[in-house]
Amino acid sequence: MSPEMPASRPLSGSAPLLSVRDLWVRFGERTALCEVSFDLHAGETLGLVGESGSGKSTLARGILRLLRPSHGSVLWRGRDLLTCGSATLRALRRDLQIVFQDPLASLNPRMTVGEAIAEPLRIFEPASTARHRQERVGEMLGRVGLDARLAGRYPHEFSGGQCQRIGIARAMILGPALLICDEPVSSLDVSIQGQIVNLLLDLQRDAGTAMLFISHNLAVVRHLSHRILVMYSGRIVEIAPRDDLFGTPLHPYTRALLAAVPTGNPHNTDSPRYRAAPETIPEAIPEAGREAARETAAGGCAFRFRCPDALARCTAEIPAFEEVAPGHWVACHRSRERPHSVILPPHDTTKAGAAQRGPVQRTL
Amino acid sequence: MNAELRDKAEMQPTLRIDDLCVSFAQGKAVVPAVRQVSISVAPGECVAVVGESGSGKTQLFMAAMGLLAGNAAVRGRVRFEGEDILGAAAPRLNLIRGAKLTMIFQDPMTSLTPHLKIGTQLAEVLVCHAGRSWSEARVAARRMLDRVGVPEAARRMSQYPHELSGGLRQRVMIAMSLLCGPKLVIADEPTTALDVTVQAQIIDLLRAMRREVGMALVLISHDLAVVAGLADTILVMYDGRVVERAQAADLFEHARHPYTAELLKCIPTLSGPRLQRLPTLAGQPPQPGESIQGCSFAPRCPRAAQRCRMERPVLEGAAADAAHRAACHFPLWP
Repeated sequence: MSPEMPASRPLSGSAPLLSVRDLWVRFGERTALCEVSFDLHAGETLGLVGESGSGKSTLARGILRLLRPSHGSVLWRGRDLLTCGSATLRALRRDLQIVFQDPLASLNPRMTVGEAIAEPLRIFEPASTARHRQERVGEMLGRVGLDARLAGRYPHEFSGGQCQRIGIARAMILGPALLICDEPVSSLDVSIQGQIVNLLLDLQRDAGTAMLFISHNLAVVRHLSHRILVMYSGRIVEIAPRDDLFGTPLHPYTRALLAAVPTGNPHNTDSPRYRAAPETIPEAIPEAGREAARETAAGGCAFRFRCPDALARCTAEIPAFEEVAPGHWVACHRSRERPHSVILPPHDTTKAGAAQRGPVQRTL
Repeated sequence: MNAELRDKAEMQPTLRIDDLCVSFAQGKAVVPAVRQVSISVAPGECVAVVGESGSGKTQLFMAAMGLLAGNAAVRGRVRFEGEDILGAAAPRLNLIRGAKLTMIFQDPMTSLTPHLKIGTQLAEVLVCHAGRSWSEARVAARRMLDRVGVPEAARRMSQYPHELSGGLRQRVMIAMSLLCGPKLVIADEPTTALDVTVQAQIIDLLRAMRREVGMALVLISHDLAVVAGLADTILVMYDGRVVERAQAADLFEHARHPYTAELLKCIPTLSGPRLQRLPTLAGQPPQPGESIQGCSFAPRCPRAAQRCRMERPVLEGAAADAAHRAACHFPLWP
């Protein structure tokens, strides 16, 4: 596996804004992130999906150096964020912002929301007057759909959706070049999710911000990502342009994620394509097995314990990350066996409930 | 409604709630949370209650279980297997709760006791409610862990909750709720805190357990997509009231209340055209304590007319199907 490979084809001819190369994060004995490499271009939205524990948030924090990766490089406009001095890092962070999952927990309960939104200005534009900051905060509150008069209130006076808007206002007030959103809608009602996603899209369009959007729900990232990156057990297992990923998911883990998305009307057969019986993907391996798995995983594919298609080879050899179609990379020994025809595990009609899921189309 | 369910509905319902009102005292103000809700759950039926945060769906069942905070006032009637349990004395309630009527909570992290081993927590239920000996109870508890798909059940018995993943903890909660052979399980957002893949497994487990154990199930959720594959009947709540009630398939195929239709549009899909913008529900739900004349959804409703702002609609059956009820002056289907 070559670290250069997962580089995307640039959308334009320009150099990537962010290049992550062979990034590793270890917590003591445990490897949380290994061999992660990808590029992100200006104005691009990259969706990042995977289960809890797959390394999504670790990657986000590693990129921003909120934790110390043990190996690799994070090139931001050609400069390595992992080796630059703290003064440089601080200056660069002006352009790198993050929105967290839990909107209430990420706001200081003793600061008014106006103070919270103004804080990046106080830090990065110390010469600005209080009056100027107040105006900018009012303007920003308006942009995220809140009344400027609410600036004097405290976070607990707002709903979850409103707190998330406040977090976004704080992240966007400096006009960052990259916004990392770590599960920004996972704790919100379905009816509010759309509002927050649309708000992010509007802000992105106006400011040309690149976005790394983390979620465990593929249905959400589908609507806003140019490309999607799938992580499993600390590794990237698939990267593809959006339409390729949904049209031809090649990694069995990606297909499991797609099968798990609740799609509403069980009687509606317009989207049975991914409705494999979820039983085919067992829950994460039991803890006892995990220790053993960790020891042996080094020699094989980490997903093989849950994979319906695993071969002896999957235990022996880590699958290489290969480009199987333009811009479509996958790490699976069997990806070549399923070129552009899908690919679902056989639908087990003996399992109850299968009948009501409707027919499964096996080809695309 | 299929014939079997209809027969069951004519029998005594497992849970029957009539005109339940819940309000909370906040200083001098009284904030209503649930307004005149009536629900009936037949033996073995799965009823889903869907609504946004603050719609009163959780408070409704907390009231029915007698689990509300001290500043709550409850009116109405709640009968469990014919017995009036609203305001029943704690000793009587405790015979029912945890045995015949059980609850699974949203957050599997905080609903297990952190300092007791899984086996002890499970066995305790049988010791307290079924009068079993500890050794018998432990055997039964381990069997139940096997049944709900907890791997290495024997070893799990001696572990603490923090040693288990979220999905496993939720399986333990489900095992606990099923130990005494309940007639009704109330699951409050059982999958909201979980990953999509684990969510699918838990929904499958609930489906399988319903088939095996035959208990009735109330599923509380903010997400119509999640309850779709499981519910027989769906109730949609808004601002403390039921605004639509229908068989699951009818609700998805032709929602009558504009709120339900808007909620359905909000579910992001994996198929169909990719959208430039996600559909959203305009506006905010009413604030607690805000009183709205007429229909509470009118300020956000694309179909609202003058009448909606003056007169509150009542829950009425459709012309073609009296069981499909909606509270709307101008339903999408008459």
